[in-house]
Amino acid sequence: MLQIRDIHKTFHPDTPNEVRSLQGVTLDIEEGSFVIVLGTNGSGKSTLLNALAGSFYVDRGSIRLDEHELTRMPENGRARFIGRVFQNPFSGTAPNLTIAENLALASRRGQSRGLAMALGAAQRQQQHEAVARLGMGLEGRLDNLIGSLSGGQRQALTLLMATLVKPRLLLLDEHTAALDPKSADQVIRITAQVVARDRLTTLMVTHSMAQAVSLGDRLIMMHRGRVIADLSGAQKSRLRPDDLLARFEEVRRADLLDEAAAQMLAERFV
Amino acid sequence: MSLLLGALTLGLILALLGIGVYISFRIFNFPDMTCEGSYTSGAAVAAVAMLAGHGPLAATAMGMAAGALAGAVTGLVHTRLKVNDLLAGILVMTGLYSVNLRVMGSSNVSLSGATTLTGQAASLGTQMAGGAKTVQILGRDAAVGDLAVLALVLAVLVAVTALMLVFFRTQLGLAMRGTGDNAQMIRALGVGDGHMQVLGLAISNALAALAGALAAQYLGFVDISMGLGMLVAGLAAVILGETLVSGRKLAVLVVGTVLGALVYRLLIAVALRLGMEPNDLKLITAVFVLGALVAPVAVARWRERAAVRAAAG
Repeated sequence: MLQIRDIHKTFHPDTPNEVRSLQGVTLDIEEGSFVIVLGTNGSGKSTLLNALAGSFYVDRGSIRLDEHELTRMPENGRARFIGRVFQNPFSGTAPNLTIAENLALASRRGQSRGLAMALGAAQRQQQHEAVARLGMGLEGRLDNLIGSLSGGQRQALTLLMATLVKPRLLLLDEHTAALDPKSADQVIRITAQVVARDRLTTLMVTHSMAQAVSLGDRLIMMHRGRVIADLSGAQKSRLRPDDLLARFEEVRRADLLDEAAAQMLAERFV
Repeated sequence: MSLLLGALTLGLILALLGIGVYISFRIFNFPDMTCEGSYTSGAAVAAVAMLAGHGPLAATAMGMAAGALAGAVTGLVHTRLKVNDLLAGILVMTGLYSVNLRVMGSSNVSLSGATTLTGQAASLGTQMAGGAKTVQILGRDAAVGDLAVLALVLAVLVAVTALMLVFFRTQLGLAMRGTGDNAQMIRALGVGDGHMQVLGLAISNALAALAGALAAQYLGFVDISMGLGMLVAGLAAVILGETLVSGRKLAVLVVGTVLGALVYRLLIAVALRLGMEPNDLKLITAVFVLGALVAPVAVARWRERAAVRAAAG
């Protein structure tokens, strides 16, 4: 359903700040799969999600969602198919609008916006039910400004907003990284619920080994802009945090080995 | 009495501009200097149209269209050409100076002899008063003409305010508010944030142009420099308004802007009555706006200290 073909992205090319973020990523994501994306720092995990969402255009390669060619589609065009939750709890909601207004905005994702009233009585009722299902007691505060809510509450709402209109692809970019442990657990619980209930095709970037092991049916590990491991099915479900840590250690050692080998070769032959 | 009526009328006209500034400055966080040019454009286009024989209503509408166009240009320069927002507004405002001069033909255009909305209102008022020139209000003499013009501007303001408040509750209006509040979010929700900005600036400057067109008809002339300092006056209305009302809902803040505009013009009228020079008006304005900006912070700090003292003592 999602076909990513050999995408490359370099930031600030030909300058001292050059970052080769994606160096040839090819993936096929089936409909309904829940993919965890792990990786070392700077491995390109967030860049991959941003490339899919359209925050920038890739230098090379193509991105295809079913019959839609997304590669050159602008961000707000792709939003028709994609729901996003950002790492920053402040990125996904409008702080000076009420919860009800934020949800009203989210309910028109992918549709044109005209002069019809944004909030009707029937919609209010639906919003009340949807927010009540979060289990955070926010359904009585629909007319409060978002700015008065905590980070965990905002992320939960961002998740709700991203899935109010069922997206073909849900992108979660370390969405609990900036939350305290209790809020993070709550948001993860809600995430698992929503993804299972609507059978959403999901890509989730995380730094948490616990989350990587307990969620999802497929795990992708990235390093230096490439996919270096791809586990699914029984392989994925058998994983323990120790196994993941061992893999990270392997990668680190391979890196060091590369460096040591390069040094040795330089000393010998140069 | 006529000073009071005049201040109120100018205040209501300023309120129209204030709502426009509210849209660009508070909703879009866009410090829009274009309004100083579009205020004059509205006046210039409307005046030229009226002098050419068009009905004042159509002429005022043409003035608004000119303002909308100017705002759209600023929006496009900012969103498509990636020019900084303040600079985009300044560039368009500067260009409009020449455009307005061309439209006017000279630096000052008189509207005497033309059919204006204010003129029509005044004669309608005199008709309704049975031919009387003045009426008694609160024991003072008030010119019927002045009252009629005040009523006209009030009617326009009420209509515009109601329309704006309804608009910002529509899907499109809400999307515009969302764009100003969190552009990243609104893009992820499928809204073209560039388009929203262009549309928002067009609406904002159409209101500024409406204010200019009404001001020209009220004062009886268009002057090329009439837009100078209007952004500060508009900001004064918005900021004074936020100090005057409590609450952060849109309807409350828009009403606050109207009140702020009235208070601002009344304060100026008082200052003039107390003998201050009209040339000092800009300084007085700056002092007012500074006071309005500082007052909420000072009051909050004073309250804090009082609470600390009460808790300690």
